[in-house]
Amino acid sequence: MALTSPVDARTGTVSSGGATTPGGIGRFIGYRLVSGLGTLVFVLLFNFFLFRLLPGDPAARYRAVKNIGAADLARIRAELDAPVLTQFWAYLRDPLALNGISAWKGQPVWDLVGGRAWPTVVLLGSSTLISVLIGVRVGIRAGWKRGGRFDKASTAVTLLFYATPEFWLGLMLILLLSSGVGPFPALFPSGGVIDSGIDPLSIDGAVSVAEHTVLPATALAAVYIAEYSLIMRASIIDEQSQDYLTTARAKGLMDHVVRRRHAVPNASLPTITLIFLNIGFIIGGAITVETVFSYPGLGLLTFEAVSEQDFVLMQALFLVFTLSVIVFNIIADVVIALLDPRIRG
Amino acid sequence: MAVLELRDVHLTYRTAQGPVPAVRGVDLSVDGGEVLGLAGESGCGKSSLVASVLRLQPRSATVTGQVLVGGENVQTMSWRRLRAVRWGEAAVVFQGALHSLNPIQRIGRQLVEPILLHDSAATPRTAADKVAGLLAQVGLPETHADSYPHQLSGGQKQRVMIALALTCDPQVLIADEPTTALDVMVQAQVLELLVGIARQRGMGVVIISHDLSVLATTCHRVAVMYAGRVVELGPAQELFEHARHPYVRALARAFPTIGEARSRYAPAGLPGDPPFPDRLPSGCPFHPRCADAVDECSSVDVRLRPAGPGRVAACVHVGAGVG
Repeated sequence: MALTSPVDARTGTVSSGGATTPGGIGRFIGYRLVSGLGTLVFVLLFNFFLFRLLPGDPAARYRAVKNIGAADLARIRAELDAPVLTQFWAYLRDPLALNGISAWKGQPVWDLVGGRAWPTVVLLGSSTLISVLIGVRVGIRAGWKRGGRFDKASTAVTLLFYATPEFWLGLMLILLLSSGVGPFPALFPSGGVIDSGIDPLSIDGAVSVAEHTVLPATALAAVYIAEYSLIMRASIIDEQSQDYLTTARAKGLMDHVVRRRHAVPNASLPTITLIFLNIGFIIGGAITVETVFSYPGLGLLTFEAVSEQDFVLMQALFLVFTLSVIVFNIIADVVIALLDPRIRG
Repeated sequence: MAVLELRDVHLTYRTAQGPVPAVRGVDLSVDGGEVLGLAGESGCGKSSLVASVLRLQPRSATVTGQVLVGGENVQTMSWRRLRAVRWGEAAVVFQGALHSLNPIQRIGRQLVEPILLHDSAATPRTAADKVAGLLAQVGLPETHADSYPHQLSGGQKQRVMIALALTCDPQVLIADEPTTALDVMVQAQVLELLVGIARQRGMGVVIISHDLSVLATTCHRVAVMYAGRVVELGPAQELFEHARHPYVRALARAFPTIGEARSRYAPAGLPGDPPFPDRLPSGCPFHPRCADAVDECSSVDVRLRPAGPGRVAACVHVGAGVG
């Protein structure tokens, strides 16, 4: 037997790489954090100039706000009057705009952002959950029996969803299920996230939030269900021609075991990346849906900040959005590295 | 006793352009402990034939004839029985070991899987022990059970595939081009390993290769396929050195003989290309490329005839009784 061959000498050296070391994944995360930080620094610098290029008169905006103190007003005016480089220096000392005051509401911007963050998290969480649960399953089933009846039907429907503009779908949902047209009763409220005067942490509050979130979450989920199922379907079809699935079948595994244990884990890698990247984007990207439904989240706040030319608020929101994209990018990379040993190296 | 027997096996692919016959009536049998080589150019139907043994042919393929593993017809048995025969009775060392392992599962888990599936008495512990033993038998350290496929070299992966094929102690082992992706040094070792283990366990082995010289040194008998049929079958060394079929002679000449410098510089090629299975020439499918073709060859579809002790060949020049 060939046990004393040069190859065996080689196996000895290669085998040291056997199991993945925890240091490997740790170093990977560290590297991603550092590069994410670099992106953040760039974004912060960019953020200063971007909003100073906007047209309009912020001083006039501040004057129009009633509840702003005389001292604050004087300070803001002095800041706005200073040369750009002085303003930039002031910005560098407070890049997160921790002391920023909204030109629209006269409140500290982070209070405004904080109050609007949880509805977006609720909306985002529920729509992501719906779209992942439905989209991924539909995609797997369609791709596994490519060209079958389920595949044909689901692909037709998902393509339709994918092509539907969110705002139009939102308007239709309001028309049919919220306003009550013809035979349709008004099932769900529209506008707001909770009925006024209810504690969102009580049971009644949770029910009210759920009622208000159903329609916007559906509108938002529709396009993502379509996206996830189309991507998942394509990945499953790609995987099906892979030799290791023939191996799995030859082992005598049942078809659904081959699918669940071998095909799906490999095929889901691109979709998982996409899901996390989308979460990062949706935090800022729910603008249309939130606006159509008057859903008081960060998307609607962005719309309002732009309409009111409130550049300090815009600056804070942009920071939140870029940060969420950066953070979920890192999470996506780390999750993929945990699932795919080839990435960990 | 024959552990694998093919009786008049045909395999036809349905395509948009019409039926494509990839295998056109193959009879072969392999005894326990025997190593049979199966050679032929790409497209001659070797891999289609392998697929039919575990009923792994694509849905677009129709198989007729009998594929008997341990006397049972694989093509007509129930799915339930088929799942037990797959890997339990017949296992395959697949072509292209580089992609035949799941890239995101540890080697150990992939090796344990069929043991737990087929051996109801196995526990994760006993299965892991068995895997460690198998890895050692194919010359890999036990620690490789914790490795992922991409951490192994091509030769190591091929050894893992051999270990995988042995996990359920099958009666039949089919190795589809087990050495094609490997360098020459490793090729010899892998084949030696495969044949050694099979002989020791009394399995029937089929080694598929396009390299006749490799088969001649490792197999008891060799069958050569052309255009979906076996055109010559006989004891390995004899067939390699004194082929009766002109195609087999050409194939044997196509590999330079080691130590003979002249043959390296003048490897004898074969003019033309193998025919497309859907557009076979009339008569003997080899006659357009054959140097010895006579008029008769374009009209007579010659079948296998006796060509000496233990030998058959499909050529008009091989007369019955001619040794």
